[in-house]
Amino acid sequence: MIECVVEYLGMALLLVGAFFFFAGTVGLLRFPDVYSRLHALAKADNLGLGCVVLGLALQAESLAAALKLLLIWPLVMAASAGIGFAIARRADRLGIAPWRKEERDG
Amino acid sequence: MNTLLMSIALFLLANLVVALIAAVRGPTPADRMLMALLIGTTGTGILVLLAQAMHLPALVDVALVLALLAAIGGIAFAKRAWQGEEGGHD
Repeated sequence: MIECVVEYLGMALLLVGAFFFFAGTVGLLRFPDVYSRLHALAKADNLGLGCVVLGLALQAESLAAALKLLLIWPLVMAASAGIGFAIARRADRLGIAPWRKEERDG
Repeated sequence: MNTLLMSIALFLLANLVVALIAAVRGPTPADRMLMALLIGTTGTGILVLLAQAMHLPALVDVALVLALLAAIGGIAFAKRAWQGEEGGHD
Protein backbone atom coordinates (compact mmCIF):
# COMPACT_ATOMS: atom_id res chain seq x y z
CA MET A 1 0.00 0.00 0.00
CA ILE A 2 2.56 2.57 1.12
CA GLU A 3 4.96 1.60 -1.68
CA CYS A 4 2.19 2.16 -4.18
CA VAL A 5 1.45 5.62 -2.80
CA VAL A 6 5.13 6.56 -2.82
CA GLU A 7 5.52 5.39 -6.42
CA TYR A 8 2.51 7.37 -7.66
CA LEU A 9 3.69 10.42 -5.71
CA GLY A 10 7.09 10.12 -7.41
CA MET A 11 5.48 9.89 -10.86
CA ALA A 12 3.28 12.90 -10.13
CA LEU A 13 6.30 14.93 -8.99
CA LEU A 14 8.16 14.01 -12.19
CA LEU A 15 5.26 15.20 -14.33
CA VAL A 16 4.94 18.45 -12.33
CA GLY A 17 8.68 18.99 -12.83
CA ALA A 18 8.35 18.47 -16.58
CA PHE A 19 5.54 21.02 -16.63
CA PHE A 20 7.69 23.64 -14.89
CA PHE A 21 10.56 23.04 -17.33
CA PHE A 22 8.06 23.58 -20.15
CA ALA A 23 6.87 26.81 -18.54
CA GLY A 24 10.47 28.03 -18.35
CA THR A 25 11.01 27.35 -22.05
CA VAL A 26 7.77 29.13 -23.00
CA GLY A 27 8.89 32.10 -20.92
CA LEU A 28 12.27 32.13 -22.65
CA LEU A 29 10.57 32.26 -26.04
CA ARG A 30 7.81 34.73 -25.22
CA PHE A 31 9.19 37.29 -22.76
CA PRO A 32 10.29 40.60 -24.24
CA ASP A 33 13.74 41.34 -22.80
CA VAL A 34 16.73 39.70 -21.18
CA TYR A 35 15.77 40.51 -17.58
CA SER A 36 12.34 38.93 -17.80
CA ARG A 37 13.77 35.90 -19.63
CA LEU A 38 16.28 35.54 -16.82
CA HIS A 39 13.39 35.59 -14.38
CA ALA A 40 11.59 32.81 -16.29
CA LEU A 41 14.63 30.55 -16.46
CA ALA A 42 16.06 31.10 -13.00
CA LYS A 43 12.79 30.40 -11.18
CA ALA A 44 10.66 28.03 -13.25
CA ASP A 45 13.49 25.72 -14.26
CA ASN A 46 14.85 25.42 -10.74
CA LEU A 47 11.43 24.54 -9.41
CA GLY A 48 11.10 21.94 -12.17
CA LEU A 49 14.47 20.44 -11.32
CA GLY A 50 13.53 20.37 -7.65
CA CYS A 51 10.34 18.42 -8.41
CA VAL A 52 12.18 15.97 -10.69
CA VAL A 53 14.93 15.36 -8.14
CA LEU A 54 12.40 14.90 -5.33
CA GLY A 55 10.40 12.46 -7.45
CA LEU A 56 13.53 10.45 -8.22
CA ALA A 57 14.70 10.50 -4.61
CA LEU A 58 11.41 8.86 -3.60
CA GLN A 59 12.31 5.91 -5.85
CA ALA A 60 15.99 5.65 -4.89
CA GLU A 61 17.24 2.33 -3.52
CA SER A 62 18.97 3.64 -0.41
CA LEU A 63 18.85 6.70 1.80
CA ALA A 64 22.38 7.66 0.75
CA ALA A 65 21.40 7.65 -2.93
CA ALA A 66 18.34 9.76 -2.20
CA LEU A 67 20.39 12.29 -0.22
CA LYS A 68 22.93 12.50 -3.01
CA LEU A 69 20.15 13.27 -5.48
CA LEU A 70 18.77 15.93 -3.15
CA LEU A 71 22.26 17.46 -2.84
CA ILE A 72 22.13 18.39 -6.51
CA TRP A 73 19.26 20.79 -6.03
CA PRO A 74 20.86 23.38 -3.68
CA LEU A 75 23.98 23.31 -5.82
CA VAL A 76 22.04 24.14 -8.98
CA MET A 77 20.05 26.81 -7.14
CA ALA A 78 23.22 28.48 -5.92
CA ALA A 79 24.68 28.24 -9.41
CA SER A 80 21.72 29.81 -11.15
CA ALA A 81 21.44 32.55 -8.53
CA GLY A 82 25.07 33.45 -9.17
CA ILE A 83 24.79 33.27 -12.95
CA GLY A 84 21.54 35.20 -12.98
CA PHE A 85 23.02 37.99 -10.88
CA ALA A 86 26.18 38.16 -13.00
CA ILE A 87 24.30 38.24 -16.30
CA ALA A 88 21.78 40.84 -15.13
CA ARG A 89 24.45 43.14 -13.69
CA ARG A 90 26.56 42.85 -16.81
CA ALA A 91 23.60 43.51 -19.09
CA ASP A 92 22.79 46.59 -17.01
CA ARG A 93 26.40 47.82 -17.22
CA LEU A 94 26.36 47.36 -20.99
CA GLY A 95 23.31 49.59 -21.17
CA ILE A 96 20.64 47.10 -22.21
CA ALA A 97 17.46 48.95 -21.25
CA PRO A 98 14.66 47.07 -19.49
CA TRP A 99 11.53 46.61 -21.53
CA ARG A 100 8.59 48.92 -20.80
CA LYS A 101 5.02 48.80 -21.89
CA GLU A 102 4.46 51.30 -24.66
CA GLU A 103 2.64 54.43 -23.61
CA ARG A 104 -0.87 54.68 -25.00
CA ASP A 105 -1.81 57.81 -26.93
CA GLY A 106 -3.57 60.57 -24.98
CA MET B 1 8.29 3.53 -14.86
CA ASN B 2 11.29 3.49 -17.18
CA THR B 3 9.11 4.58 -20.08
CA LEU B 4 7.98 7.60 -18.09
CA LEU B 5 11.55 8.49 -17.12
CA MET B 6 12.83 8.21 -20.68
CA SER B 7 9.94 10.18 -22.14
CA ILE B 8 10.44 12.99 -19.62
CA ALA B 9 14.16 13.01 -20.45
CA LEU B 10 13.31 13.28 -24.16
CA PHE B 11 10.84 16.06 -23.40
CA LEU B 12 13.52 18.02 -21.54
CA LEU B 13 15.88 17.50 -24.50
CA ALA B 14 13.20 18.90 -26.83
CA ASN B 15 12.90 21.91 -24.50
CA LEU B 16 16.64 22.44 -24.80
CA VAL B 17 16.48 22.32 -28.62
CA VAL B 18 13.61 24.81 -28.72
CA ALA B 19 15.55 27.11 -26.38
CA LEU B 20 18.47 27.02 -28.83
CA ILE B 21 16.16 28.79 -31.30
CA ALA B 22 15.71 31.55 -28.75
CA ALA B 23 19.49 31.74 -28.35
CA VAL B 24 19.97 32.16 -32.10
CA ARG B 25 17.21 34.76 -32.28
CA GLY B 26 18.15 36.65 -29.11
CA PRO B 27 19.12 40.20 -29.98
CA THR B 28 21.82 40.71 -27.32
CA PRO B 29 24.74 38.58 -26.11
CA ALA B 30 22.98 38.41 -22.74
CA ASP B 31 20.20 36.35 -24.32
CA ARG B 32 22.76 33.89 -25.57
CA MET B 33 24.37 33.71 -22.15
CA LEU B 34 21.05 32.49 -20.80
CA MET B 35 21.83 29.16 -22.45
CA ALA B 36 24.54 28.55 -19.85
CA LEU B 37 21.88 28.87 -17.17
CA LEU B 38 19.44 26.69 -19.08
CA ILE B 39 21.91 23.91 -19.80
CA GLY B 40 22.93 23.95 -16.16
CA THR B 41 19.41 23.16 -14.95
CA THR B 42 17.90 21.20 -17.86
CA GLY B 43 21.07 19.22 -18.51
CA THR B 44 21.28 18.27 -14.86
CA GLY B 45 17.65 17.16 -14.95
CA ILE B 46 18.23 15.00 -18.03
CA LEU B 47 21.30 13.35 -16.50
CA VAL B 48 19.53 12.57 -13.23
CA LEU B 49 16.59 11.03 -15.11
CA LEU B 50 18.92 8.93 -17.26
CA ALA B 51 20.83 7.75 -14.20
CA GLN B 52 17.62 6.31 -12.78
CA ALA B 53 16.25 4.96 -16.07
CA MET B 54 19.45 3.21 -17.17
CA HIS B 55 20.58 2.13 -13.68
CA LEU B 56 23.85 4.03 -13.99
CA PRO B 57 24.50 5.72 -10.62
CA ALA B 58 27.67 7.30 -12.02
CA LEU B 59 25.52 9.68 -14.06
CA VAL B 60 24.48 11.37 -10.80
CA ASP B 61 28.12 12.32 -10.31
CA VAL B 62 28.18 13.64 -13.87
CA ALA B 63 25.12 15.74 -13.05
CA LEU B 64 26.86 17.21 -9.99
CA VAL B 65 29.93 18.10 -12.05
CA LEU B 66 27.79 19.66 -14.77
CA ALA B 67 25.99 21.85 -12.23
CA LEU B 68 29.33 22.98 -10.81
CA LEU B 69 30.82 23.70 -14.24
CA ALA B 70 27.74 25.61 -15.35
CA ALA B 71 28.14 27.90 -12.34
CA ILE B 72 31.84 28.50 -12.90
CA GLY B 73 31.50 28.85 -16.67
CA GLY B 74 28.59 31.25 -16.55
CA ILE B 75 30.10 33.53 -13.94
CA ALA B 76 33.52 33.50 -15.60
CA PHE B 77 31.95 34.42 -18.93
CA ALA B 78 29.84 37.21 -17.50
CA LYS B 79 32.80 38.65 -15.55
CA ARG B 80 35.64 38.25 -18.02
CA ALA B 81 34.93 37.20 -21.58
CA TRP B 82 31.86 39.20 -22.45
CA GLN B 83 33.23 42.70 -22.95
CA GLY B 84 30.85 45.08 -24.60
CA GLU B 85 31.70 48.05 -26.75
CA GLU B 86 32.88 49.95 -23.68
CA GLY B 87 35.37 47.15 -23.08
CA GLY B 88 36.25 48.24 -19.59
CA HIS B 89 36.69 46.69 -16.21
CA ASP B 90 34.28 46.45 -13.39
